[in-house]
Amino acid sequence: MNDMSDTEHGIGESRREIVLRPTAPIVPAGNIAGSSLMFVISIMSFLACLTLGAVIMVQDTANSWQSQISREITIQIKPEPGMDLDAELAKARDIALSFTGTTAATIVDPAATARLLEPWLGEGLDLEELPVPRLVIITIDEAAPPDFAGMRLALEESVQNVFLDDHRTWVDRLVAMANTTVIIGLCVLALVFTATILTVVFATRGALSGNHHIVEVLHFVGAEASFVAAKFQKHFFLIALKGALAGGIAAALTFALASIWASASMATPESDQATALFGGFSMGAGGYIGALAIVIITAVLTALTTRITVIRTIMEIDLIRSDPTRSI
Amino acid sequence: MIDFDNVGLRYGMGPEVLRDLTFDVPRRSFQFLTGPSGAGKTTLMRLMFMSLQPTRGFVRVFGQDITTIPQQELPKLRRRIGIVFQDFRLLDHLTTYENVALPLRVRGKEETSYRTDVMELLKWVGLGDRMNVLPPILSGGEKQRAAIARALIDQPEILLADEPTGNVDAPLARRLLRLFLELNKLGTAVIIATHDLSLMDQVDARRMILSGGRLEIYE
Repeated sequence: MNDMSDTEHGIGESRREIVLRPTAPIVPAGNIAGSSLMFVISIMSFLACLTLGAVIMVQDTANSWQSQISREITIQIKPEPGMDLDAELAKARDIALSFTGTTAATIVDPAATARLLEPWLGEGLDLEELPVPRLVIITIDEAAPPDFAGMRLALEESVQNVFLDDHRTWVDRLVAMANTTVIIGLCVLALVFTATILTVVFATRGALSGNHHIVEVLHFVGAEASFVAAKFQKHFFLIALKGALAGGIAAALTFALASIWASASMATPESDQATALFGGFSMGAGGYIGALAIVIITAVLTALTTRITVIRTIMEIDLIRSDPTRSI
Repeated sequence: MIDFDNVGLRYGMGPEVLRDLTFDVPRRSFQFLTGPSGAGKTTLMRLMFMSLQPTRGFVRVFGQDITTIPQQELPKLRRRIGIVFQDFRLLDHLTTYENVALPLRVRGKEETSYRTDVMELLKWVGLGDRMNVLPPILSGGEKQRAAIARALIDQPEILLADEPTGNVDAPLARRLLRLFLELNKLGTAVIIATHDLSLMDQVDARRMILSGGRLEIYE
């Protein structure tokens, strides 16, 4: 284009009213680096929320197992020739019920006992032919359990061949297992969250490197470091918030879909197996609050990284002043 | 306004590219900085803009030694200096109007307060019909004029222009020179780095000739 003709044209244009577009933001609204950053943040946020949900699920399941087992104790009575087993069972039940902290006691009848043994001994079992111990299931108040030692002593004094199993061994092992599982889950969560932080930091710095020339021009036209940092910080905070929200919502939807699947296929072998392993597919209120916290932390972290990177970039531009060997 | 006292500058362990420079840029003065390619004109401009520090000697800008100016004070001093970069440094996502208005925008001024001034300046430099155009669409000459307008918009106390007429034809170069002279009459000290002898011949102004790293001044 001829420059002089532009000039003449420009002067002629001055008589016409010129409509300006709405002022564009100093930091360009969208580019490939920004979109990539949003995508990376949404993936990392999704993984972090998913891990958090899984840890909460495992913890809830472990707690539920522990609670179910510690809510009951069992009295076993081994049969002996000439022993009136039913009378001994009734006596044991009555002794158990006489203790404070015992809420119920049920004698497992021969049919139920046979059903318990069915997986190992098959159908049509005649308990009279085998010395199979009989059980009394005692339900206890978890908050104020009965005196197990006293109950054991009372039973041994009055009932023959009796054994009180308070499930302590099982409970202790289960507590240890549950705690180990939760610790492993928390370690995985910490790793995923560290990876999220590092990915967000590096992706933000990568996206910012494409805007280095903007930082430089703003600095040279007299913008203060805080002004430049604020512009970039706001821009990248919004990108991160959108990405992290998308990831968090996707994780919540994944849990919701798994929960719907579990409800729809209830009582099928697949569902029973999944429920036995993982419990219900639900994050609970704590999980959703945690996911929201991950979203906010990710967005704030991105904004903070942006601020630090921009200020560092400006300091580097000014370092060139001190070191002539560095070029702009 | 700018004082150089026995200034030398070298890059790394290399030879000094600028040697023993002692001069000042008085208030309301007008001067050309010239010399062969590679003589160090751009380096000298960067020293005056405080984007480089000397290896030896003292450079004072507005009475302050540039080696001791705290980083947070640099923006305030740079606002008093307008600079036209040889490579323009326009932001591609902003229109011509927005690029020219950028120095006012970063000072926190309201758009309504400067709109008329920016539009008038753009018309003056012949970009009246290019206000809504993005830099990638502009020709080299148009970019240069936009860069000049950006440097002038806040009426700086000092204008540093690195080859400001390098991409324009002779009539427009004369027009831009008149613009610089008018600005100078209004009180701005102007330093124009140029190769263009015909441009320098149009004005009876101080000439600073840089050669072999040394400066000769013809008043």
